[in-house]
Amino acid sequence: MTALSPAPSPQRGSADARLRTIRRTGLSIGFATGLYGISFGALATASGLDVWQAMVLSAVMFTGGSQFAFVGVVSGGGSALGAALASLLLGIRNTLYGLILAPSLPRGGVRGAARAQLTIDESAALAASGADDEERRAGFWAAGVWVYVFWNLFTLAGALAGQRIADPAAWGLDAAAAGAFIALLWPRLRSADAVAIAVAAAFVALVTTPVLPAGLPVLAAALVAVVAGLLPRRGEES
Amino acid sequence: MSLLWIAVIGASVLSFAQKWIGYQAPQDVLEQPRIARITRLLPIALLGALVATQTATSGAQIVLDARLAGLGVAVVLLVLRAPFLVVVIGAAAAAAALRALGWA
Repeated sequence: MTALSPAPSPQRGSADARLRTIRRTGLSIGFATGLYGISFGALATASGLDVWQAMVLSAVMFTGGSQFAFVGVVSGGGSALGAALASLLLGIRNTLYGLILAPSLPRGGVRGAARAQLTIDESAALAASGADDEERRAGFWAAGVWVYVFWNLFTLAGALAGQRIADPAAWGLDAAAAGAFIALLWPRLRSADAVAIAVAAAFVALVTTPVLPAGLPVLAAALVAVVAGLLPRRGEES
Repeated sequence: MSLLWIAVIGASVLSFAQKWIGYQAPQDVLEQPRIARITRLLPIALLGALVATQTATSGAQIVLDARLAGLGVAVVLLVLRAPFLVVVIGAAAAAAALRALGWA
């Protein structure tokens, strides 16, 4: 049933079913991630941004980690320039996602701009779980569009409602995000090499978390893939 | 226009530029065997890192809490071949239940 299972099927009908499942997965990722927009909107207005500034961040910046970094610096009494720099530091990984996704997604025009704007953790992750370009495209657009819709709706709700809204952690939404990422990773762990890379990357991310600015541990972990890719090949592909 | 507005707009536009520029790498570079192999391995490393940071970090600290139990439930459900949504809801429910009971 699951689109994320590794077994490829030659039949057209089951390929359509897999695409439908991927799109449904994108919708559920979008909703679960979008709910976090409530805490972003509430935090932004509590930090001294007005509703419009919170909405520009969600609609134009549109990358959750950077947005939280921005309002975090502002609420900590930091300068506006410091807030902008913190958010851009966190956004570096989106450039990396573009490099990975470029061969699978359409270039140029309005869709080229939309593709860039929707490039975030969730859309890159669901795209990466696709077995071919068609599945990767379906995953990218489904997760990207639904996260965009719900993230902006819930940012507005949070910004208007302010601090009266409960903490998303009480609903386990932080664990839901961890669950979503492991579910996307799971079908890729088909070889010992893949498992070793995932474990090493997790380890590097955790070890560097206390010493690197937010967002960079994930980039440091990406170096594991670079090193593994440059090692002499041993015949087996992961 | 206030300094805060300039920072909001400037950082937002530059954030879009960061996303856009990743797609501008020439395709023939991406198709070189070594680069292609790295871009195939990158999602595995990035997802592994995101699982770790989403589960066990809070700001600059390593924090072990109800999220770890949520991840454990997610792995069990994946071994049982549960669909994606069941895995995500199971992880959230486990963490929420532990917090409601005051155990984590």
